Formats: sequence, C-alpha cells, structure tokens
Amino acid sequence: MSSKTLIKQGAEAKLYSATFHGRPCIVKERFKKSYRHPSLDQSLTNQRIKSEVRALLRSRMNGVRTPTVYFVDLETSQICMEEIRDSVTVRDYIMSVQKSQSLEDSIVQLKPLGRKIGETLAVLHQNNIVHGDLTTSNMLLQSDPMNLNLVMIDFGLSHFENLAEDKGVDLYVLERAILSTHPNSDEFFSEILDSYTQSNPGSADVIAKLDEVRMRGRKRTMVG
Amino acid sequence: MVIAIGFEGSANKLGIGIIKDGEVLSNPRHTYITPPGQGFLPRDTAKHHQKHALDILRKALDEAKVTPSDIDVVCYTKGPGMGAPLVSTALVARTVAQLWRKPIIGFLNPYQPSDIEMGRLITGADNPTVLYVSGGNTQVIAYSQRRYRIFGETIDIAVGNCLDRFARVLKLSNDPSPGYNIEQLAKNGKKFLELPYTVKGMDVSFSGLLSYIEEKAPELVEKGEYTPEDLCFSLQETVFAMLIEITERAMAHCGSQEVLIVGGVGCNKRLQEMMGKMAEERGAKLYATDERFCIDNGAMIAQAGWEMYKSGQTTPLKDTFCTQR
Ligand SMILES: Nc1ncnc2c1ncn2[C@@H]1O[C@H](COP(=O)(O)OP(=O)(O)O)[C@@H](O)[C@H]1O
Ligand SMILES: [Mg+2]
Repeated sequence: MSSKTLIKQGAEAKLYSATFHGRPCIVKERFKKSYRHPSLDQSLTNQRIKSEVRALLRSRMNGVRTPTVYFVDLETSQICMEEIRDSVTVRDYIMSVQKSQSLEDSIVQLKPLGRKIGETLAVLHQNNIVHGDLTTSNMLLQSDPMNLNLVMIDFGLSHFENLAEDKGVDLYVLERAILSTHPNSDEFFSEILDSYTQSNPGSADVIAKLDEVRMRGRKRTMVG
Repeated sequence: MVIAIGFEGSANKLGIGIIKDGEVLSNPRHTYITPPGQGFLPRDTAKHHQKHALDILRKALDEAKVTPSDIDVVCYTKGPGMGAPLVSTALVARTVAQLWRKPIIGFLNPYQPSDIEMGRLITGADNPTVLYVSGGNTQVIAYSQRRYRIFGETIDIAVGNCLDRFARVLKLSNDPSPGYNIEQLAKNGKKFLELPYTVKGMDVSFSGLLSYIEEKAPELVEKGEYTPEDLCFSLQETVFAMLIEITERAMAHCGSQEVLIVGGVGCNKRLQEMMGKMAEERGAKLYATDERFCIDNGAMIAQAGWEMYKSGQTTPLKDTFCTQR
C-alpha cells in the first residue's frame, strides 16, 4: 500500500486515501479512545471492524452496492476498501438540491431518491442486515446523482438479526437523523417508508415496532 | 445590578438559589430521600417540598446575605416534572412574589429543547452540543437549522434511572443519591467486567445492560469474583462510554466544537473527565459544568430568570401555572 493522505476524521475513524496495487482505495482506521477503559476500547474496536467487514460483504452478496473490501488489519485497526470515486454523500446531495430550488421542486426531485433508499433498506432487512447507524452521511451516490447509484457504507454498528424490534429501531435512527439534519424532510422520510413497506413483505411488524419506539420517547417519566 | 431568586421542585429535590449578575450567592437544596430500594411517589414528594420550603428559603436568604427587598425578580419552574411537587413549589414562589411585591417569571425547564436557547445564553457557549443526563432524561441536543434539536436519546430507560436501579440491586443508600454512592464505590473498583454495550446511531439503550447486571451481580459478588466496587466501576465505565460516544458522533455530525453536560448525572466527576478527554482529542472545548448548570437546583432557575428579566420579560400572575409535560 502506498503512502496515505488524511481525507476525513469522523467520530471514531480517520479516513485516508491511498492506493492498493495501483487502485485508489480508502483506508478506514479506528483510533484509540483514551476516554474509555482500554479493554472496552479494544473489544469495541475489534467488534466493529468485524461487523463492518462482514456486513459490507453480506450486503454486496445480496445485491446492495457497498465498497469492496481489499484487506483488514486488526493489529492497526484498519480496513482498506474500494474508493467510491466521483461520489457525494446523500446528505450533501439533499442540501445542494434544497439550496438550488424551491421547497416544492426539491420535494419532487428528491422523491426517487427516497424510493431508492426505501428499496435498499428493504433488501438489507430482508436479509437480516441491521445497519445500526443509518444517516444520510452513510449513503453515497456515485457519478450523476440522478442515476441513483446508491452505495451504503459505515457498517461498524451493524449486526445480523431477524428481530422486528431491531429493524424498527434501525428505521427510527434514520428518521431522527433525517428530520434533525434536513429541514422540511418529512415527506422525504415518508417516501422512504412507503417504498420500504412496498418492497418488504415482512414490513408490517417492523413498522409496528417503529411506532412503538416512537411512543416510548414520549412516555418516559420525568423524575430527576 | 439584578438579584434573582429561583425555585426548583420539579422532581425529588427542592432547591432555592439566589443569583446576582451571574454570580451564585446561595443555592441550598434538600432532597427527598426514600429508604434503600424504594422509588418516590409524587404525593410524598410534594409533602416533602411543603415541609422544607420555608427553611430552605431562610437559608437561601441568609447565605446570600440579602433581604427580600433586595430581590428584583422571583423565578420558578413551570415544568415539566411531577405535578404535585411542581405545584407546591410554584405556590411558594407565587406567595413570596405577592408578599414582597416582586415580578414573577415562570418557565419551562431551560434545558428542554424548546427553551434550550437559554442554556446557550447562560454559558456563553456559541454552538454547543449538549448532553442532558438526569434521572428521567438522556438526550444529546445540538444546534442545527437555527434551533436546538434532539440528535440522540435513550430508546428505553434514562441513564439516571439505570444507575438508580442498579444501586437498588446492591442495596446502596439513597442518601444523598444512589448515583452519588455508585460514583464513590466506583473509585475503588479495579476489575473490569465486560457488559452489554448498546449504541444505535446516536441513540443508546440501557435496558439490556441493566437486566444483565441485575441478574449477574448478586452471584458475582457472592462468589467473590467481583466486588460491588468493581461492578459500580464497570457499570459507570460502560454506560458513560456509551454517552460520550453518542455525544461525539453528534459533534462530528454537526461540526460542533463545544460541548456542555447538564442534568443531575452531569455532576459525576468521572463522566466529566471522560467528556473532557474526548473533547481534547477532537480539539473541542468542554464547558465548565458547575452547579449552575445542573438541572435540579434553584440557582439554575434564577440564572435563567435573570436573563429573561434583563430582556424585559415577566409572567403575568394569571399565567403562573404548571405543566407536567
Ligand atoms: N469507500 C469510500 N469511498 C468514498 N468515500 C468514502 C468511503 N468510505 C467513507 N467515505 C467518506 O468518508 C466519510 C466517513 O466515513 P464512514 O465510514 O462513514 O466513517 P465514520 O464512522 O467516521 O462516520 C463518509 O461519510 C464518506 O464521505
Ligand atoms: Mg459515517
């Protein structure tokens, strides 16, 4: 692997761009967190690298586009993977659409993307892949965003689980992330849920759980 | 120069604080303590507040070395919280306001998102990510799209509730609070027990961890594998790591470089230390968490009221009601 240059520092990882056998790649390195107990830190980091690699592969085998994993090094806590070139995050794309046009127009333009996201999540969930950190920063659109080449990334918090509860929480996490990040995004999220429901025959239980988790938030007692 | 007095009684603590231009003159409080292993009921809590209101008021005035005539404005919490204790406390605030002929300001807990703007005013933080942790709340709140929004929260029980319930398993005293006693024991813990760690995006869940440790703790202690100190230590390390992680994720997500901890659990020194380290590693700033920013005290309410009073807002007496939500 060639020398690497830092491109991004997220919450738990540094992302570098490098090349792997002549191909551009991304190195995701989870760094030590000095605030947490060393054995907890080590165990979480290893767990997350393993979850991420497994889910990247498993999603891809089930037809959801993810970066190809080139190699993994648990010693240095690194994953080397395909760089999704010429891509933007869904987050940046939504923001640019909303900036460049009226509210009504942007709602219309974002509809197909909402459908695509819903279908993709349905595939993941039907294969019992729970992402664990669904946000618009963890979805990329490659080349022309209008082509809807959606690539899912950042599976460190993922797990395999057939429980409606876990899938419901997955959607809940996405709902909160979308509503808190993007103004006027209610319809966009409804579109995601609609297409999720249409593409996933087992969605009724999941949606019921989603409603339940939403309610829990409101019922918590106020005792200081 | 403005002097404000604040009354806080939305939960099991009754606090009365006096603030003079941002400086805490006094901030006594009294906690309603139930026997080990018991929670508190609204009615008994209200009785506690009624019983202690006058003593604490006297103490607040004496410690601050002020007389009622020095006070410019009376402030109290309208809610949210437990109905009966809120009403008892509001009654005291309303009575003294009329007795002393002072304006009154009633408002919702300043760290509720609708009013959280106040928190920013108080601390001078420009764009903080706020971790709000108390017996009833666990939220990560950050500034986005020109207002405060909840980015993450617990999807089941609150962190304070989790600590309290574990304290009951170990039969720790409720005096001064279960969380405080866990913190003290944890200082002598050495052996780390790995516990379920559940973070989902910017949300956390504690119920799995709690039922795991509730089930295992008695046996582990009995067999001598772990001491109660070790278990308190492991619980704190795990639960706080989860809270710091979601706070950090929210900061990364919003590009925020300031962080503030508020709420009762925010007084925990280990939590503050962990947050400080996280902030330092990100080149961010942790805002001082002193008693003015803990939710359950009168000084916090007085401080928030002081800000409102300076901007010319008071509450007409007919609007000085309470709300549980
Ligand atoms: N394979 C990739 N190709 C291109 N960009 C990537 C790739 N992986 C990550 N990124 C970029 O880096 C950012 C952070 O990566 P991510 O895996 O989400 O880490 P974190 O856990 O820190 O959020 C992403 O939002 C995206 O912009
Ligand atoms: Mg990410």
